[in-house]
Amino acid sequence: MCLTCGCGSDDVHVEGGAHAHTHTHADGTTHSHAHGHQDDQGHAHEHVHTDPDGSVHHHVHSHVDGSSHSHAHDGGHGPVHAHSHEQLNFGAGAAGNSVPGMSQARLVQIERDVLTKNDDHAQRNRAALARRGVFALNLVSSPGSGKTTLLVRTIELLAGRLPVAVIEGDQQTSFDAERIRASGAPALQINTGKGCHLDAAMVETALARLAPADDSVLMIENVGNLVCPAGFDLGEAHKVVVLSVTEGEDKPLKYPDMFHAASLLLLNKIDLLPHLRFDVERCLGYARRVNPAIEVLQLSATTDQGMAEWLSWIERGAQAARQQRHDQVAALQRRVAELEAQVERLQPR
Amino acid sequence: MHEMSLAESVREIVEETARANGARRVGVVRLEIGRLAMVEVDAMRFAFDVVKRGSLAGDALLEIIETDGSAWCMRCSKPVPIAQRGDACPYCDSHQLQVTGGEQFRVLDIQIE
Repeated sequence: MCLTCGCGSDDVHVEGGAHAHTHTHADGTTHSHAHGHQDDQGHAHEHVHTDPDGSVHHHVHSHVDGSSHSHAHDGGHGPVHAHSHEQLNFGAGAAGNSVPGMSQARLVQIERDVLTKNDDHAQRNRAALARRGVFALNLVSSPGSGKTTLLVRTIELLAGRLPVAVIEGDQQTSFDAERIRASGAPALQINTGKGCHLDAAMVETALARLAPADDSVLMIENVGNLVCPAGFDLGEAHKVVVLSVTEGEDKPLKYPDMFHAASLLLLNKIDLLPHLRFDVERCLGYARRVNPAIEVLQLSATTDQGMAEWLSWIERGAQAARQQRHDQVAALQRRVAELEAQVERLQPR
Repeated sequence: MHEMSLAESVREIVEETARANGARRVGVVRLEIGRLAMVEVDAMRFAFDVVKRGSLAGDALLEIIETDGSAWCMRCSKPVPIAQRGDACPYCDSHQLQVTGGEQFRVLDIQIE
């Protein structure tokens, strides 16, 4: 709420949403201003007032409460200048900026999440997948953890049990999609070019082309990168992080965002453990430190050790996605029957 | 370098808003970046300098407000400050923490003319 005039609202002001009023200060100066604001974090306003000496200056002040505001003034030596002014309770870090040469500057509040666009696409993907009963997984790891080999073996073992489709993300080449197609599953390659991750819009385009079967599993193999893909929701049910024992047990602490974002950790290549000094318990301890809720499966895609547990994890998820779709269909059919009965009662006899 | 695509999203939001408000140019863009938002502030500055060229925000200054991370400690049953994911509770050393703040990444406002 605005502390000056008592006006205010709880809704987010995207832009505009402003009102104007006039008030008089203790020193006798009067000004009118328009302002927009959101919750009680502060308010922004622009106002015009007359400067007695007509001087022009740029300045930034900090208040005792830690808020600050910046003023940008008219470059011409006219008596009228514009102020843009904000008060925010972000502590000492909030510094103001003034821009030389800005005239008639005004502040537009936005308060919008930068990832909104990606998240909108992701929600559309999630809804589209739910309508088809598709269980989607976003596989993330560093390059060389064995994601593609794991996927190929998973598809082979699920053959005849569950249909799988794959979206492959790599900077360049369609090698991975070709490997997947050779295993019998439909696959589509996305080349990100300079991009370091898949985003939800790319997946939306791919989904339209790939059209995964009803009640199937969709595996999205992200670009090999333990950093950037953590920040982008693609509309998947879960992020699954693959870590191979040839990498180093401290990776969960080195790349905590990814291990925090994932629901399941697949510890891969465990057939190599006898040849390595890899402390499994320490690694899993680190993973649980950044994500106390993370599930863990240990496996080897080359010897099939642990693969049965991974396959049943997938099947449980696919079953839930399928069930959700069937429940929704059943609920809608009940509603249709109710409405038909209602129409029946209203029909003229 | 996902900051590059994030910077492009920032520029889109800024340009959309600036156009809707009939701006001729954008003077200041203010971002709020939580310390757990997976955004590297220096990389963001660099990327924004690259993507802003030729746009309405071509000579805009970027102002970044960093907000601290916070979490709920299950053992202490109270909110605690954290600097990064994987940190222990500063009071009881437990890792049973639920992140509650510092993940935001928003365009707060822009100054236009």
